Amino acid sequence: MKKIIYILFIVLAVLLLVFTLNHDDKKQVKEYVEVLNSNFELCKTCPPGFQLNEENECVSRNLYMQYESLENKGVGGLKTALPKVRDGFSPQQIDLGRYLFFDPVLSADGTVSCATCHDPELGFSDGKERGVGIKHTQLKRSSPGLWNVAYLNKFFWDARSTTLEEQLQGPLFADDEMGNTPEKLIETLNNIENYKQLFAQAFPKRKANDSIQLHEIYTSLAAFESSLISLNSRYDQYAHGYAKALNENEIEGLNIFRSFVARCAECHTPPLFTNQQIAVIGTPEPEGLPFDAGAEITFNDKTRRGGFKVPSLRNIEKTAPYMHSGRFKTLRETVEFYTKGRGHAVPKGENLYLHWHIWEPNLTDTELDRLVDFLKTLTDESFKPKVPEKLPSGIQIQHINT
Amino acid sequence: MGNNKTTFNKIIYTTLILLLGFFGGYKIFSPKSAGATMPVKNTLFRNVSGNDSISSLTKEFTGKIFEVKDGDLIMDAVKKATPGDLIRVYPGTYSETVYVDKDDITFQGIVQDSNWPTLDGKKELNDAFLYSGNGIQIEGFKITKYKGNGIMGQAGNNFVIRNNWVVDTGVYGIFPQYGKNGLIEYNILTEIEDAAIYVGMCDNIDVLHNEVYGNVAGIEIENSRHCLVENNNAYNNTGGILAFITPGLPIKTTYDVIIRNNFVHDNNHKNFGAPGSIVSGIPAGTGILVMAADDVIIENNIISGNKNVGIVITDFANGGAKASKDPESDPNPDNIVILDNLMVNNGYDPIGEIKALMLANLSSEGPDILAIGKGSGSSILNRDKYVTFGLKDFGEPKITDTRDVKSLLLDKPAEPRKLSKNKLGEYTYFGVCSGCHAYDIRLIGLPVNVIQMIYKNNPKGIVEYINNPKNLRDDYPEMPPQDYLSEEAKIAVAEYMLTIGK
Repeated sequence: MKKIIYILFIVLAVLLLVFTLNHDDKKQVKEYVEVLNSNFELCKTCPPGFQLNEENECVSRNLYMQYESLENKGVGGLKTALPKVRDGFSPQQIDLGRYLFFDPVLSADGTVSCATCHDPELGFSDGKERGVGIKHTQLKRSSPGLWNVAYLNKFFWDARSTTLEEQLQGPLFADDEMGNTPEKLIETLNNIENYKQLFAQAFPKRKANDSIQLHEIYTSLAAFESSLISLNSRYDQYAHGYAKALNENEIEGLNIFRSFVARCAECHTPPLFTNQQIAVIGTPEPEGLPFDAGAEITFNDKTRRGGFKVPSLRNIEKTAPYMHSGRFKTLRETVEFYTKGRGHAVPKGENLYLHWHIWEPNLTDTELDRLVDFLKTLTDESFKPKVPEKLPSGIQIQHINT
Repeated sequence: MGNNKTTFNKIIYTTLILLLGFFGGYKIFSPKSAGATMPVKNTLFRNVSGNDSISSLTKEFTGKIFEVKDGDLIMDAVKKATPGDLIRVYPGTYSETVYVDKDDITFQGIVQDSNWPTLDGKKELNDAFLYSGNGIQIEGFKITKYKGNGIMGQAGNNFVIRNNWVVDTGVYGIFPQYGKNGLIEYNILTEIEDAAIYVGMCDNIDVLHNEVYGNVAGIEIENSRHCLVENNNAYNNTGGILAFITPGLPIKTTYDVIIRNNFVHDNNHKNFGAPGSIVSGIPAGTGILVMAADDVIIENNIISGNKNVGIVITDFANGGAKASKDPESDPNPDNIVILDNLMVNNGYDPIGEIKALMLANLSSEGPDILAIGKGSGSSILNRDKYVTFGLKDFGEPKITDTRDVKSLLLDKPAEPRKLSKNKLGEYTYFGVCSGCHAYDIRLIGLPVNVIQMIYKNNPKGIVEYINNPKNLRDDYPEMPPQDYLSEEAKIAVAEYMLTIGK
């Protein structure tokens, strides 16, 4: 009997030992997973400006939804609805897009990210006259800011894309920008375990082990870009009815801006401060550079020679220098262009179809100062996204422009 | 001396009696004494033509009255006014830009002894009136010497602009843009270097009983729909009445325009439009010009003495304006209907291109009506009455008159978007507050579930706090006041925040 008890005791002890050992193993594995996830788990909530619905989509919400707009075009005055918005991405897609946006692994040699030219600290532009791509290549045009691109229907200065997904393939695969190829991009990302897991989180409908697809990359980047909302400037407070939001000088600037003398609001129409049209205004190219035909090429239309997309002016204070070639260093220089005479900077021999709003408004120096005062009231970065601390690729995050 | 004194007294008495009689009579008989002008009701629809089908709003005037006299600023009254108020402006000269970013404000100029309240821009100021609010009514002003516009609206609906006298106010006289449901009537406009009355990118506008002369364009309907231009007198402009689609604008169409019962005569003024402007290409002597617009009906106008052509219908390419093409905007005029019009003595001295057409058509007379370029579906009644070029493709109209259309205004005012309190709270919370607050995580400010514990059943407490935040926690930054939100938005968002869950 004693023997039996003894044996049982030993068996129990062994079982206990095995159990404990097993338990420790499992605990270790679990902790390892948690370490991985705490680094790169995608956000389950929407960024500011969006409400999560039951389909796990982030839908845009803002005070302009109180209003209507004529013919639903999203152009008008102070209390006018915005144009149709691009929304409905999941929180995970937006967050994955954020990682991709800042990750230089997207470029051919791992040196250039989207944020290289679209730095959140510089209004999602780069502070340079013209962008600089892979291997320090000087690009043709200035990097546009990205705030509120969710409301745009034309992309690039020459309006050659109509969707964000189409647009972002431009820089990704241009030799002088990020220099990548679709094949290489897919191969690179599929070889990074972190990204494989993150894409599985962001696109849960497909099998977890499926490889990353190009369209998933595009969707994620578009999701992040369309989450960059800036609609809470002091101008907006004024527009919604708070008269004290702007001081006397700024209101004077607003009145000059919307008057038919300066005519700024005719193309930079509230609430987005663009009417999303092409305009030939005849700004000068930087010294030594050839004339940029712009939208003439896109539309194969000589009447649009030298035409460019009217940019939004929201957060314009942050995105100097200005115009398609970054020719003007300051806002003051930029507004002054419009009063220096219709066609004053058009090269000899160019017979452009200058826009009819380009005329001779004879604005005074004081009026130009007031316009700049007003333009600075369009600044709002309260929803600026966080730059990731670590990147899924393991590449060190860059702060090129700051 | 005594005699002299008596005579002197007589003169004094007589003078006194005369003076008394004069003032007494003035007091009794003058219709212009200050109390006699009653505040207008803030109504949009006035029964202008004796026709009962245009309903009159019964909205009574309920607001405060501000009186502005010579030496005051109209703008001081605007700053104090709230929706529903009336600003009465007495004769005098006011050199200012009146901007109105509020709803339902009425400006009533009071003319006394032919003395007008005059807004004088002295060729230094840009605009006399600039409004963005709905329900703006401006009447009874003389406006002169501005550089941009007499009256410009951006997106205000339900406006009334009437009885104004606008002389040389720069580019446009009366210019509503992005507006819905507006009435422009009984105004006189002259010396405007573009369009005197310019309806740009609007819907449902009636332009009635105006006198426009000595401008580059008298009345222009551009990229707008449902517009009635009736009973106006347009003369001695470069072009009398225009219906356009201009390419490159965000709203791309013009259709459903009726031009009827107007006098359109002797529009032979030299073109003094600014170089590059669309109207600078209009030849002097143009009565009615339809460019690229669709569904325009021209009926019962008296069109006479326009030396180039009475009515011209053109596509954009032949319109004489140099502007970039716009693939999103249809450049051709379609479904133009010319009903009965009285046309005499037009086309007596046409421009070279039309002279060439006359030669080609073996015609010694210039055209009453010219159609040039592409376009389809157009028609004309009794074409044999007129000298016409280019109307071979015009058919017989399917209608003979437009008498069923009394007005193209809306039956009732365009209403602002209806919004529940809950939706306003939602828009405010996600549109503004979510930058710093999330439900159960710390962003910058307190998590909402903590706020819910502090302010349970007390939304007003939240409103008080956001108006005047006090930093109660050392571990959080101080919240900036959110007092710029409207009172409705504040209480709506406070209530909304107390209801949300994870």
